[in-house]
Amino acid sequence: MFPKHEVFEKNSIILLIGILIAVSVGGVVQIAPLFWVDSTIEKVSGMRPYSPLELAGRDIYIREGCYNCHSQMIRTLRDEVERYGHYSLAAESMYDHPFQWGSKRTGPDLARVGGKYSNQWHVEHMNNPRAVVPESIMPGYPWLAQRTLDIDTIVDKLKTQAAVGVPYTPEMIEKARVDLLAQINPDSDEAEELLTRYPKAVVAKFDGKPSDAPTELDALIAYMQMLGTLVDFASVDASGPTLR
Amino acid sequence: MNDVEQGQLAFSDVSAVLLGGIAALVCGYVAVVTTDDVMAFHAAVMALAALLAVFYVLSQAFTDLPAETPSGYFDGPIKVATVAAVVWGIAGFLVGDIIAWQMAFPALNFDLPWTSFGRLRPLHTSAVIFAFGGNVLLATSLYVVQRTSQARMPGRWAPWFVVWGYQLFILIAGTGYILGVTQSKEYAEPEWYADLFLTIVWVVYFFVFVGTLARRKEPHIYVANWFYLAFIVTIAMLHIVNNLTVPVSFTATKSYILFAGVQDAMTQWWYGHNAVGFFLTAGFLGIMYYFIPKRVERPVYSYRLSIVHFWTLIFIYIWAGPHHLHYTALPDWAQTLGMTFSIMLWMPSWGGMINGLMTLSGAWDKLRTDPVVRLLVVSVAFYGMSTFEGPLMSIKAVNSLSHYTDWTIGHVHSGALGWVAMVSFGAIYCLVPWLWKRKALYSIRLVEWHFWVSTLGILLYITAMWVSGILQGLMWRAYDRLGFLQYSFIETVEAMKPFYVIRAIGGLLFVLGALIMAYNIWRTIRGDESVDAAEQPLVAAAPELRPVAAQ
Repeated sequence: MFPKHEVFEKNSIILLIGILIAVSVGGVVQIAPLFWVDSTIEKVSGMRPYSPLELAGRDIYIREGCYNCHSQMIRTLRDEVERYGHYSLAAESMYDHPFQWGSKRTGPDLARVGGKYSNQWHVEHMNNPRAVVPESIMPGYPWLAQRTLDIDTIVDKLKTQAAVGVPYTPEMIEKARVDLLAQINPDSDEAEELLTRYPKAVVAKFDGKPSDAPTELDALIAYMQMLGTLVDFASVDASGPTLR
Repeated sequence: MNDVEQGQLAFSDVSAVLLGGIAALVCGYVAVVTTDDVMAFHAAVMALAALLAVFYVLSQAFTDLPAETPSGYFDGPIKVATVAAVVWGIAGFLVGDIIAWQMAFPALNFDLPWTSFGRLRPLHTSAVIFAFGGNVLLATSLYVVQRTSQARMPGRWAPWFVVWGYQLFILIAGTGYILGVTQSKEYAEPEWYADLFLTIVWVVYFFVFVGTLARRKEPHIYVANWFYLAFIVTIAMLHIVNNLTVPVSFTATKSYILFAGVQDAMTQWWYGHNAVGFFLTAGFLGIMYYFIPKRVERPVYSYRLSIVHFWTLIFIYIWAGPHHLHYTALPDWAQTLGMTFSIMLWMPSWGGMINGLMTLSGAWDKLRTDPVVRLLVVSVAFYGMSTFEGPLMSIKAVNSLSHYTDWTIGHVHSGALGWVAMVSFGAIYCLVPWLWKRKALYSIRLVEWHFWVSTLGILLYITAMWVSGILQGLMWRAYDRLGFLQYSFIETVEAMKPFYVIRAIGGLLFVLGALIMAYNIWRTIRGDESVDAAEQPLVAAAPELRPVAAQ
């Protein structure tokens, strides 16, 4: 039975080559076109790279494993759009290295959490989630408010982001440290300059403390407050291929 | 020993010392210059491990090969991987149960970074998949490839490097998660330096495996080895592509993944689903194809079916990734392709199940008399169940309900506990007396206890997750009579609590079962007289110790 199959069974190199061919096809067909089919990522206005403080906050979001319980991907389903807002566009995560779409909603989706709650709410919620939502099962993150943010690596981080394709300009990289500090310094000249580079960034004393040295909590809230707020949906081309 | 062999040994020793010395120097240098605390710790651990390896090699240098086992096979590294599988298994199950209790009682997060759910969950998934499952695969693949090739695996130090290097990778990855070092890509969380090290270990593993095949005295490569080979090479491909990343600096733990957004999501789930397909399925089918026929002393049911289901399984599996991304911003054509292939995947999966189950033809009584056979066979039944549930859940309409809910978690665990862990337990119970040259397991009745305790645990687990998952999915999409969403999100969280408690109890039973196994294995390895040898089949004994008629 199947006498021709002997060629695979009697030669480990031929078997190996056969396996390699069999397991390569699917990946090539599904992944490669996403890099060159134009309609994969919608043309939208408003997307920009993360501000330095937002990027630092995103790194903390990743460090603490928030993606284990929170998705950032609103599906094209009626109940999700009504609960969370406009369904997520591919363009909205085009600068996300890595993506944070998630796979489980133990907690709610966060793709459009920006602006939904006040900074003060986030401070109390991160310190003790059950203080503001009694039935919540989220862990508390009280240490974030006590840890000063490591800002020495921010320039290297922006450079690395630029290296993987995020359009940070040399000016953005050069001013990374200044921009990072400016985002918790409302009404300063630096903050105004920050907003020209990163429109719609939220500038505030996020953790409510007067200090000029940002905490990890400042960074995390700055990140959450911009999530899903960038794209100008009035100008989105609604004829995109993912619309249902 | 002739001069050529003496020369080869000396060459092995010298190159092992040189490579270990270079590794110790590089890691030691990084440990000193880095400003990243975790990197300093990890580099120091790796430097220390390299130094230990160098000292050990030197202490053994230029001696003859270790006394050959009567069989002539190289079993030392396999013993290490077998014990490691049991130890890591218990650790991984335990962490899983701890986080299950955390979901019912959030105070158990203790408000500390190192004990919070977000850091422990990757610790659990990596510990069970890679530490427990990985060591089972290392142990069984190296055992099976030697026996079915009738050849000793090549290398004096390479197999030892594979096994101990793999443990070191687990240590680096696991401590990294607790200290907050992660790429955030599910089941691929270790950062760039751990990934690089694993790549080196894996390449050596590949050469040891293929090297054994090349030395085989049998003309045909046995079917279990097709699956092991597919597992080894495909995991290498997936691991490398999914972890393409640029470190922030060469002395920092942090890196940024090369791909972004939709491309990264597609690559991740191409990886993620095939970690299931090739690590947790193809590799463990290799176990099925060796240990079931051996234990029930019957040939594999259908040779033709093994050929058909092998090639279709590996070809189709790789397409299934996009079913993790239904209704997302992934283009529709990719979602549809993913769904189509996921449904087709049902057939080769059941081909494997039928081939495993029907191998019992004429020996079904062993299901009743030998609990080791029962573990192996029930695992195949669970495999059949979860590979039916999987295609069902990949249908977009079903997925719109199940995705993001506990149904997925239940599905994963019916596969992971029911299939992967049960088939592993069966293989471990076979392997330990065979490797340590014992006449029988310490106690077959304890195996019976292990089987029932863990089966009960699994049933509690998956039924609780079916109910909570479907309930939550329905609550999210429920509308009231006025056309508003009926439930706030937090109401759906509240509704989960009883099911989280039931699930955690199920998990606890599963941990308990594993502890029973560990005790049994420990007494067997120690060489204690079996308490119920008369109740065990002759095949439980090491091949050398079986009565001649049984061989």
